[in-house]
Amino acid sequence: MAKNIQDNEERDQAVVKNNRREVERASEQGPAEIHDGELEERARQALNSDSEPRAGRRSARRAQPQARARKQRSDGGSGRALIGIGLGLATAGAAAFFFAKSREDDIGDGPLLSDAPDHVLRGKALQKARNTEAGTALVGRTVTINKPKQELYQVWRDFTRFPEFMDNVREITKVDEQRSEWTIEAPMGATVKVKTRIVEDVPGTTIAWVSEEDSQIETAGRVEFADAPPGRGTYVRLVMRYTPPAGTLGRMVAKVMQREPQVQARRDLNRFKSLMETGEVAVNASPSGRKSERPTQARV
Amino acid sequence: MRALTWHGRHDVRVDTVPDPEIVNPRDAIIKVTSTAICGSDLHLYDAYIPTLRAGDVLGHEFMGEVVEVGSKSTLKKGQRVVVPFTISCGNCFFCEKQQYSACDNSNPAETSDASETLMGHPMGAAFGYAHLTGGYAGGQAEYVRVPYSDVGPLVIPDGLEDDQVLFLSDILPTGYQGAFNADIEPGDTVAVWGCGPVGLFAIQSAFLLGAHRVIAIDHYPSRLQLAKSKGADILDYREVDVLEALKEMTGGIGPDAVIDCVGMESHGLAIDNLVDTVKAHTFLGTERPHALRQMIIACRKGGRVSIPGVYGGFVDKFPLGALMEKGLQVKSGQTHMQKWMKPLLEHIQKGELDTTWFISHREPLEKAAEMYRHWHDEQNTYTKIVLKPEMAKPRETPAATARVNEPA
Repeated sequence: MAKNIQDNEERDQAVVKNNRREVERASEQGPAEIHDGELEERARQALNSDSEPRAGRRSARRAQPQARARKQRSDGGSGRALIGIGLGLATAGAAAFFFAKSREDDIGDGPLLSDAPDHVLRGKALQKARNTEAGTALVGRTVTINKPKQELYQVWRDFTRFPEFMDNVREITKVDEQRSEWTIEAPMGATVKVKTRIVEDVPGTTIAWVSEEDSQIETAGRVEFADAPPGRGTYVRLVMRYTPPAGTLGRMVAKVMQREPQVQARRDLNRFKSLMETGEVAVNASPSGRKSERPTQARV
Repeated sequence: MRALTWHGRHDVRVDTVPDPEIVNPRDAIIKVTSTAICGSDLHLYDAYIPTLRAGDVLGHEFMGEVVEVGSKSTLKKGQRVVVPFTISCGNCFFCEKQQYSACDNSNPAETSDASETLMGHPMGAAFGYAHLTGGYAGGQAEYVRVPYSDVGPLVIPDGLEDDQVLFLSDILPTGYQGAFNADIEPGDTVAVWGCGPVGLFAIQSAFLLGAHRVIAIDHYPSRLQLAKSKGADILDYREVDVLEALKEMTGGIGPDAVIDCVGMESHGLAIDNLVDTVKAHTFLGTERPHALRQMIIACRKGGRVSIPGVYGGFVDKFPLGALMEKGLQVKSGQTHMQKWMKPLLEHIQKGELDTTWFISHREPLEKAAEMYRHWHDEQNTYTKIVLKPEMAKPRETPAATARVNEPA
């Protein structure tokens, strides 16, 4: 123990002596001692050595942290690899599960079971539905209207009132009892003419129409009126099918007709409901602080 | 005309906008004589309700004089009417069932899509609220277009002051329906969260409907005093653990019915509320339903939960387990105004309901923007603000001398 202390004291004294020696040497070689020639020599050396060694030093300096980073990366790598494998296995497991599930969910080739209209079918069921053709949009919507079905049928059968509740329909002209000509609004102020013909007409129950061959767009619609539960009026179902034609106009029309045909059908039918139940189509036209609006215009 | 318009969060202004016009045959134009700022206007002021657009005219509590009528309106020029804040057609399945606020026709086809997507079915329309509810201009204005004027507005008999009947436009029926939905039975203790105007009316209505005792919860001393003056026992949640207090005051059973007159912007320094506030401000959530969570925990087993408070979106940390395991019944919804207005008018005429005791400020419409700020920031002093478009322009009075009716 005592020897240890002595050793320590000796070492301390050695350190102190060494330090003092270094201080003395430093003071001997002070800046004043460096003569001009030496400075020039140092500068020349620096110039001649050019960028090579320094670049080397720099890149070495750079390389060092990179190596360190690499090391760290490889250190964490094993852990991350495990996580990666774990995630991969989990994904594979989930995929296998959903694949098995989807086989279980496969509805098979038999007849459809659901007591629901075609326009709410999805996936394979939609493909199976007998009256779905490729390239057409099938949209539908059902509302309850608090009026007897005969009254609703009669208003609908008179096609000329469509512009009151159908947003895109500007005008309808009757050609004869079965046929009428529709003027439909297209983008940029253009209009499209469609001639339609009634193909099914069951008073109080069904009206179906199709566009005639020389029309600019191909469309088919069907409205059905069915008694709701007693005292609740009528279930009214509108189903429409559009096939946009080729060409620029076709694309434009498709944009209007197919952008959100479901939304359009819904709104048209809601307005029909509003008109039939309340005698007017609800509109929020009222004043606002927005300069572009007038108090008699609908605000969307 | 002059009208209060919304321009953004905490930015409302009294602007000059075009006068309304008759658009549909059943419309009427009302010249507003009194209009109030509602607690739910604060949800708009705080921009908690989506689909409000800059320039929209706010206000859904108003009454006035009929100045113009459409061809199918049953009103006559010169009649004095209170207009319900919900717009209902009176013809659809829901209106026929007296579920007026669920009206299927008043929210136009173009604006009803949003709420149908959000909630499964379109909401009925209301005045001066967001475009989710139709986007109709509101009543903090000189004139209002009132659709379905043959169904909505209630003609007021002579001899009643504006202030006595104005709240038939929203908060009285809303408080009453809140109490009605609590299915109060003799001997019941009813706890009411929130002593704002709707809560105060819920308290009065609960007694009217036979409650044995009403316990009111809030943190504004003046509002608690207003509740006490109508017979309620009061709890300041800064002073007591509300759950503990309610249990102790009801012999351990808990209140038989609980009524949420707070809605989506609950106050209070609780962890869940802080989290919800952060979420609401970062658009991760829409509601701060701290009070509702507490109510469900407080309610007795097999009790009733009535929610007249306004909510608009989604919520998490909801005590669904308590709701199910305790077998609670929940009733909620916007008020079916036309169902309650007439019977409540009779209660007012008979003197069974006090409708004016909490009005703290009556001011001209021109000062509406300033009043919104006070209503938002000084809820202890400003317990109800009524705006009068006819009132003379404000005289230059320093804020300190502005009239403040100290609550009873």
